[in-house]
Amino acid sequence: MAQFHHVATLVALCAAGPAAAQQPTTPVQQGRAAGSYMNVSFVGLTDFGWSTEPDVGSLQVGDHDPHVRGFSIPNGELALDGTVDPYFKGFSNIVYKLDAKGETGVELEEAYFLTTSLPGNLQLKGGQFFAEFGRQNPQHPHAWAFADEPLVLNRMFGPEGLRSQGVRLSWLAPTSWYTEAMVGVFNSAGGTTFSFRSDGSSEIHGGIPVERDVRGPGDLLFVPRVATSVDLTETQTLLVGVSGAFGPNNSGPDAKTQVYGADLYWKWKSLRAHQGFPFVSFQAEALTRRYTAAQRASSQDPAITLPDETLRDRGMYAQVLWGIKPMVVVALRGEFASGAAAAFQSVSRATRSRVSPNVTWYPSEFSKVRLQYNYDHREGIGVDHSVWMQFEFLLGAHAAHKF
Amino acid sequence: MTTMTLRTFTTVALMASLGVATPVARKLNVVATTPDLAALARAIGGDVVDVKALAKPTEDPHFVDAKPSHIVTLNRADVLIEGGAELEVGWLPPLLESARNDKIAAGTPGRISASQGVTLLEVPATFDRSRGDVHALGNPHFMIDPVNVHLIVGQIADHLAEVDPAHADLFKANLKTFDATLEAKLADWQKQLAPYRGGKIVTYHNDFVYLAERFNLEVVETLEPKPGIAPSPAHLAKVISKMRAEKARLILVQPFQNRKTAETVARQTDGVVLDIPQQPGVVPNTATYFDLMDYIVRTLATAFAEKT
Repeated sequence: MAQFHHVATLVALCAAGPAAAQQPTTPVQQGRAAGSYMNVSFVGLTDFGWSTEPDVGSLQVGDHDPHVRGFSIPNGELALDGTVDPYFKGFSNIVYKLDAKGETGVELEEAYFLTTSLPGNLQLKGGQFFAEFGRQNPQHPHAWAFADEPLVLNRMFGPEGLRSQGVRLSWLAPTSWYTEAMVGVFNSAGGTTFSFRSDGSSEIHGGIPVERDVRGPGDLLFVPRVATSVDLTETQTLLVGVSGAFGPNNSGPDAKTQVYGADLYWKWKSLRAHQGFPFVSFQAEALTRRYTAAQRASSQDPAITLPDETLRDRGMYAQVLWGIKPMVVVALRGEFASGAAAAFQSVSRATRSRVSPNVTWYPSEFSKVRLQYNYDHREGIGVDHSVWMQFEFLLGAHAAHKF
Repeated sequence: MTTMTLRTFTTVALMASLGVATPVARKLNVVATTPDLAALARAIGGDVVDVKALAKPTEDPHFVDAKPSHIVTLNRADVLIEGGAELEVGWLPPLLESARNDKIAAGTPGRISASQGVTLLEVPATFDRSRGDVHALGNPHFMIDPVNVHLIVGQIADHLAEVDPAHADLFKANLKTFDATLEAKLADWQKQLAPYRGGKIVTYHNDFVYLAERFNLEVVETLEPKPGIAPSPAHLAKVISKMRAEKARLILVQPFQNRKTAETVARQTDGVVLDIPQQPGVVPNTATYFDLMDYIVRTLATAFAEKT
């Protein structure tokens, strides 16, 4: 009652102000937007450009990279998410893409649930999703700072990144600073588990892949990760993590792969940031792979037997972003990837380095225009130059990004 | 040790470890997305709550980074106060997802959405982003209207009492004190601005409409052509001619907005750029909502007196 009194008094005090002005300009049912049960959004990505390499697909190896001279539409992403009930949230990403021949492909990129109220600071995720390995692997292309996938992630996880069907358990440590430990357990087969039981593994070891069944838990793929973060100052934050991916590969019936990674992200943002600008960020990831290849018949000539050996690969990328003024970012990325000599000389393990400056302009939060140049050096092939223009638009629910 | 004593011992040890025997009185962790909401929570919660704000007072509240330290803060929160109406849509959802704290889930006593219960202005009739980043639920910059603040502190007191019933009387008493001061202050602020009824202002973003409504001022133009769209030379030329025609001379900017653009416009319109933060603590001695509003009203009244 007392409150009614106060409201009445306050309104009376403000009688000079037109009461009608307190009404919405037009009556509208609020349920249409924020109260709906599901967020729906669509991200469309178009690339346009040219490369000195006529077979662009051999140079731009990521699935969401520009892949021909001229126009590419490598990613049209329909995202749905919402709260399922008091216990779960649900997410799905359905990706439509056009290949180099203009044929449409559809993939269920992600479809998973996430718990909201497990005890003990635990959280479970289950379904099909990107493994939380390092920093960029779980990000969708529209969150990337460059038009293409880093070389080292392509080497280790293939053109689409590391994702599969499984579960992930995460624990937020009760420390005063952020520390999260997690482990993902996935099926180890398929094209999106490139370093593991993938049909595309001949590209790595040169042999005919063997049929391997899942005989026990050891034949699943395990992806542990620990990440920690501190605010260095009012304006600077550092996030570091280490990840691993351990599972079987199909060069032989008992062959295994281990991938290790370390990642770092640092960001400075002005105390008086307007629309998030100005800022400077630095991001780097280093990965190393130990791939035990069994004795195997060569896929090129089955009469040739390739020896039992360990294939070692490593690589890294580092990128600096500078958000000069609202809606304008200039960036520079340097990267290399390299594999130690082996019986089969794979193109996809040869030493390669690339330097990519770019500039991105956001006409609004819902669109982006990017111009990128790549200086690309492939050992044994030579230098290539590419220029890519990227345009992206977002429809529907407002994007929200993790740090 | 007999079975009996062993069992007793175990029970006592278990109870002690669960904290059943000695409930420790600790302060309620209240997290507010922005410092203005935090200031209200401090006024109502008094010294039985610990209040933290996620956004800094000087930064654009639409574009806060979803920093991992915020995940930890939200994980430990007993109460979360958000502005709502999509103010934090770009950064709060991923933080809450990672924070895994169902005490602050939507619809629980631990979650306060300030915009609920406030009548929002500029609710769009159609959803069309060619008009800029218009918020579907209405303009979220409503804290600058004292009547809205009155409604919000009432909500805060109700929720705090529900989460911490032991201190319900304290929250009620603090609310009463706050509302009494607010009533007196509002009368005073109205009086100070009364001579400038219909006074014309220009703002950078469309973030002072509630102030204009309450104190009978008129927002003539915004430097942004549309919400979230950077000022273009063509639009600024239009603003300048409109300001000259209507003799509008006050340009209000928040600390994170581009003051240089505002100064350029002011030079060509015999205008003045006023730094009007909507968050407490940016200007010295504005830690509370009352101090902040005192500053805003005084600054406006002085500028109107000098420029009109």
